Amino acid sequence: MGNVLTIILQRLALGFLTLLVVSVVIFVAVNLLPGDFAQSILGQGATPESVAAIRRDLGLDQPMVARYFSWLGGALQGDFGSSFAQASFANFTGSDSGAGSVAQQIAPRFANTMFLAAVSAAIAVPFALVLGVLAALYRNSIFDRATNIFTLSSISSPEFFLAYVLILFLAVLNPILPSVSNIFADMAFSDRLEKTLLPALTLTLVVTAHMMRMTRAAIINLLSSPYIEMARLKGMSPLRVIVHHALPNALAPIINVVAINLAYLITGVVVVEVVFVYPGIGQLFVDSVKFRDIPVVQACCLIFAAAYILLNLTADIMSILSNPRLRHPK
Amino acid sequence: MTQAPDTTPLVKIRDIRIDGRSDETWLPIIKGVNLTLQRGQVLGLIGESGAGKSTLGLAAMGYTRDGVRISGGSVEFDGIDLLTASAAVKRDLLGKRIAYVAQSAAASFNPAHRLIDQHVEAPVQHGIAGRKDSAEDGIALYRKLRLPNPEEIGFRYPHQVSGGQLQRAMTAMAMSCRPDLIIFDEPTTALDVTTQIEVLSAIRDIVAQYNTAAIYITHDLAVVAQMADRIKVLLRGEEVETADTRTMLTAPVQDYTKSLWAVRSFERPAKPAVQKGTVPLVTVQNVDAAYGKEKVLHDVSFDIHAGRTVAVVGESGSGKSTTARCITGLLPPIAGQILFDGAPLPPDYRKRSKDQLRQIQMIYQMADTALNPRMSVGQIIARPVQFYLGLTGKAKRQRVDALLNQIELDPAEYYNRLPSELSGGQKQRIGIARALAAEPRFIICDEVTSALDQLVAEGILRLLARLQDELSLSYMFITHDLATVRAIADEVVVMKDGHVVEQGPKAEMFRPPHHAYTDLLLSSVPEMDPDWLSNLLAERGVDNIGDAAVNKL
Repeated sequence: MGNVLTIILQRLALGFLTLLVVSVVIFVAVNLLPGDFAQSILGQGATPESVAAIRRDLGLDQPMVARYFSWLGGALQGDFGSSFAQASFANFTGSDSGAGSVAQQIAPRFANTMFLAAVSAAIAVPFALVLGVLAALYRNSIFDRATNIFTLSSISSPEFFLAYVLILFLAVLNPILPSVSNIFADMAFSDRLEKTLLPALTLTLVVTAHMMRMTRAAIINLLSSPYIEMARLKGMSPLRVIVHHALPNALAPIINVVAINLAYLITGVVVVEVVFVYPGIGQLFVDSVKFRDIPVVQACCLIFAAAYILLNLTADIMSILSNPRLRHPK
Repeated sequence: MTQAPDTTPLVKIRDIRIDGRSDETWLPIIKGVNLTLQRGQVLGLIGESGAGKSTLGLAAMGYTRDGVRISGGSVEFDGIDLLTASAAVKRDLLGKRIAYVAQSAAASFNPAHRLIDQHVEAPVQHGIAGRKDSAEDGIALYRKLRLPNPEEIGFRYPHQVSGGQLQRAMTAMAMSCRPDLIIFDEPTTALDVTTQIEVLSAIRDIVAQYNTAAIYITHDLAVVAQMADRIKVLLRGEEVETADTRTMLTAPVQDYTKSLWAVRSFERPAKPAVQKGTVPLVTVQNVDAAYGKEKVLHDVSFDIHAGRTVAVVGESGSGKSTTARCITGLLPPIAGQILFDGAPLPPDYRKRSKDQLRQIQMIYQMADTALNPRMSVGQIIARPVQFYLGLTGKAKRQRVDALLNQIELDPAEYYNRLPSELSGGQKQRIGIARALAAEPRFIICDEVTSALDQLVAEGILRLLARLQDELSLSYMFITHDLATVRAIADEVVVMKDGHVVEQGPKAEMFRPPHHAYTDLLLSSVPEMDPDWLSNLLAERGVDNIGDAAVNKL
């Protein structure tokens, strides 16, 4: 087991290093965006003096390297700075300046996004795996083909289209679920779940195909192995051959695809959020880019990057653990 | 009054016809074979690769692989027609009353589960015994099959157990439901001789003990002679002849069977000893080599003289191929040196001159993977001709044609063929021609015949012998097959665990006294005598054969 622990620690260190590199890329890329906050907020009334004043207030006149390190130092302590938009708003109203912190602004949105992702994953992952196993079991049958056509058409359709189709059938024609997901902080879990279900179903349709097809392919790939033939020659039922003999050996590629799709659920759901007016991090991100609210954009990017890295890391580690050769060295 | 013996056959196959799909058409693999097996009897099924042995063996279980179909005939097991039986009926028989032991146990055990879990699967799923009882029975079987540590070995994963032990564990697994019939599909082909003998005696004991009927598939005549009551010889999907083992060995009727029996008689006379003081063509001098930190060669030294063949023998992992890698410069030794014609060669092949590289060529075990599948035969051979000798155009073509003639393939027919359009033996011949194209003085032959059938292998050995005489080549012949050594070697080097344990002329090698390990190797090679295994066991005892004996040394 010591072997595995070393591998995990190595991966963690590597993951952290990747995150550091990504932070540089994010910072540089965001700062290369044309236009700046001062100009976009002042609009037509921008005079060189007022632009300079706002820039000085926000520290935008400092050199980039200095700004990077002060941002990184803050980020490491969980302080992503103050949102430009909130900061200036606070100045106008004279209210408590703490309300403008990026962390405070992002936290509830991020929690909502994680909730949506969790609900979607809880539906999509088992659904995709079961479909994949069944498709492998009845490969080349009508069921297999129907499943493939269904998942491929759902992944090929634009997300908003899927969302509207679901709204049409589940909210308009048969009003089972609400079409608007206006959730707020102190909602009961069941209400929250009900409001989240429609966007979660939409996302399920989006991510199922990839996972299901990988499950099917990884299993079918193993079906010509001698140990599968052996299981058949021991008189095992086709279902047992696939679930007990093929699936455990097909886990590594499946885990990786699941991880990529989970990361997508956290980072790529802007369209679905917009359609259902779901207050997630995606909308906040798009709005912040529009207003050149650099601290928020950077923090969102960093969270997205961290999600990708963390999930891939988990997938790596789980693939390693799924391999008995590594779990039980000679 | 004694009860009349039950004479209904356990397996009755009549006029079976099996096709395999190739591209878009069905080609016959088995063309109408009959097979009858009584209870408790062992039938040996022999033939070359492609003769349809495995296909027939699997058909006896009512099973066909993907892309194979049974197009006619009948298969009955204990009165049940397996070809018309439903999948559920067949599943109920498989594992429970008919079991299978595959060629490669390492590939046929599921890597994700422990041995004992795989062992109890059939009894538990077929509802014969509970998990606990069946696991205890498994341990008892492991003990009967003389597996080391029977209490504990079942709790390991397949990758933690050696090949010979896995093969015995698989035999135990086949026995888990006490079936009436076991199909053994080349169960010892992938094993070293010293390991093979242990597996053979284990299989033979357990089959006799439970009076299990068996179909034993192999291409090794000496093995089948030990195992089978009757032998059936197959050739290209058709039966050549069937007889009981002793009759078959002493008085084969058909020419093909006779030719199979005769293969083992090929033996070229050893050349006279080399005069003292002659400079050897290749000298391996006190070579140590390592992969990373793991040292795999320890002070290896031997000479290869011009025009001679040195056979390097030993089991897998003994350092034979590593020594070859040191000579070719692929693996620079960490100590010692390689001399060619008395002059040291640079250790790394990248530092050797083109002429030094040209002198040493290699022929590989797997001709399949050693030839570029996208290049034609002509291109494959022309490449070294152009690279080493600088021939182009017409001269190059002439040289390639001459080489093809030398390996007894017609240039007009084979020049434009791709490797996929050649048989195994022809591919190996192309490998030889490619080595010859460089006009070397020394060729390393790494297990060149072990993937080939005996008749084909003999052809290759005769060809190599002829080329040696014509071109006065020197060979280093890496092999684990002592019959090959007997056939072609002048001198023998025996290796074990990276050490040279014994070396000398062939004649001395096959005559006692010799090193204990050499003795073990020699005594482990099955002979055509059907009593060989019984005699050997009687003479030495079960503890003095196979791995057990190796560990004692």
